[in-house]
Amino acid sequence: MKRFGSKSRPILQGLAILLFSILLLTGYQAVAFNGILQQTKTGEQVDIQVPPPPLSEDYYPCTMCHADMEVNLERRELVEFHDDIVLKHDEENRWCMDCHDANNRDMLHTASGQLISFEESYKLCGQCHGPKLRDWKAGIHGRRTGKWNGRKEYLLCAHCHDPHSPEYQKMKPEPPPKKPGKIK
Amino acid sequence: MKRRTFLKAAGITSSAALFSACVPKEAREAFLQKDFRSLSKDEVAGIIKRLEAQYTQKFGKPFSVSAKEPIPETSFGYALDISRCIGCRKCVYGCVKENNQSRDPQIHYIQVLELEKEKGIDFMHADMYYDRDEVPHEGHFYLPVACQQCKNPPCVKACPVGATWTEPDGIVVVDYDWCIGCRTCMAACPYDARQFNWGKPHLPSEEANPTTHFLGNRPRDKGVVEKCTFCIQRVREGRYPECVEVCPVGARKFGNLLEEGSEIRYILENKRVVILKEELNTQPKFYYFYGT
Ligand code: HEC
Ligand code: HEC
Ligand code: HEC
Ligand code: HEC
Repeated sequence: MKRFGSKSRPILQGLAILLFSILLLTGYQAVAFNGILQQTKTGEQVDIQVPPPPLSEDYYPCTMCHADMEVNLERRELVEFHDDIVLKHDEENRWCMDCHDANNRDMLHTASGQLISFEESYKLCGQCHGPKLRDWKAGIHGRRTGKWNGRKEYLLCAHCHDPHSPEYQKMKPEPPPKKPGKIK
Repeated sequence: MKRRTFLKAAGITSSAALFSACVPKEAREAFLQKDFRSLSKDEVAGIIKRLEAQYTQKFGKPFSVSAKEPIPETSFGYALDISRCIGCRKCVYGCVKENNQSRDPQIHYIQVLELEKEKGIDFMHADMYYDRDEVPHEGHFYLPVACQQCKNPPCVKACPVGATWTEPDGIVVVDYDWCIGCRTCMAACPYDARQFNWGKPHLPSEEANPTTHFLGNRPRDKGVVEKCTFCIQRVREGRYPECVEVCPVGARKFGNLLEEGSEIRYILENKRVVILKEELNTQPKFYYFYGT
């Protein structure tokens, strides 16, 4: 498969970094990343960085193909493409366009039709998983890295859950400890 | 020469003059070192310099040993989401790497217990040696246990020489130079959280973490007790402990109990929280909670 978008993403990232450096240099403290802001004890706002969504370069931007394609809203088995996507997420009641936007394939949309970017996919999830989204914003569901008293990084829901089949994947554990035996 | 070996030797010769005459200057300084808490700033600086040189030479790469003091108005707390942990043991090995534990003999600060969902938290049926192809294993849940950083720590009370104590930020630490290796603290700990260097620790140079703290992950010697310090070398710099960052499911939470709105406070205020062996009144600052 041709690698779409492998050129434009680094540029976008570069721009984001540049913008961020400017904000830093100007001493702007309350930088909103994806609208997530946290208040600390002293009232100052601590920003949280979210790494880019885990989209594969083969697929993004979606409009590379979809801009000139007919929209097919019919629920069907996808054969020509995306045959690797298996819906296992309340699939009886769900189809692609519940989450993806038919007219702008680079965007997602909420039930009310509001467009949201892949960077903000948590807003989509939060519509049906309200309590999880609330815990995620508080730093309880999901994972934060960085500083407990400063800048944090956060993973999107999609970093841990495949939106199409969100059950957390089992994994092989690291080896058990050695049983106490001979001491050298 | 170590303090305990010398104490033995001194019993036989009982001669300070002999000591200063036949022991090299470095070792003499190490022996005469006071316990960490009664050292002046200058003395600490001197000791740190000596240790840095010693480790740098031993491991063939530049080591730093910090003596960074607690951040004011900080009391650390830790919370672990029992409903999230899948028992993958990534924390166990992340901890070993960060904290320079001996690889052989093997020292782990974190023991991950596998428990049966039906029986709940029941240590009689806990297995720390589980060896599965995949986790989580059907019908089981996982409970990682390390130092609980008790507010009322039996280990500290048990130590006959004051080599372990609670820092103002709540971290229970060990002065490895002052520890005499009697292991009374280990017997006193109801969580099996303290580990003893029975053998000469083996830490391969290429795996050694050169960023250390005096009261934390600096390399240890044979015959001393060690344990989790919440990664004192990281958390006093404002960073999260290593286990928090390596946990793939995000089950581990850390922060300042005194800071309103912190993750840890949110958990204590909004989630069902349990502590281990509450009846012993050890008052852990390590909380287990149900995130679901
Ligand atoms: C390389 C071209 C290509 C790219 C890139 C691509 N798609 Fe598609 N997509 C297709 C084709 C071809 C089909 C029709 C498959 C079929 O009918 O079997 C399709 C079908 C779909 C459908 C089913 C509904 C419809 O309109 O037919 C959805 C939803 C979809 N794509 C979403 C996306 C999203 C979201 C992205 C970007 C993350 C994306 N696609 C990127 C080629 C592409
Ligand atoms: C529950 C909402 C939801 C449904 C239903 C859904 N998607 Fe997605 N999809 C997402 C989200 C969110 C992402 C972005 C994941 C990310 O950030 O990497 C995504 C990503 C994709 C991608 C890019 C994958 C990649 O690896 O880069 C494709 C292609 C895609 N979806 C196609 C489809 C198709 C086709 C269907 C229907 C069969 C579908 N989606 C159904 C939410 C959904
Ligand atoms: C339109 C409502 C809706 C949206 C939007 C939605 N979900 Fe779900 N989700 C459900 C329902 C209903 C279930 C329970 C049924 C099931 O497990 O298939 C579920 C189940 C789940 C589960 C549990 C799966 C398991 O088997 O353990 C996870 C994890 C999950 N969703 C994550 C997400 C993520 C991440 C997103 C955003 C990309 C999202 N959901 C968006 C409705 C939704
Ligand atoms: C750091 C990884 C991570 C992130 C980020 C994450 N989750 Fe989860 N999530 C998990 C794990 C692990 C489970 C438990 C899976 C299990 O027990 O098998 C889980 C479980 C769930 C469940 C199943 C119900 C339950 O209570 O167990 C839902 C729904 C869910 N997550 C939604 C979300 C949503 C929505 C987001 C983003 C707002 C999100 N998750 C972000 C790791 C993550």
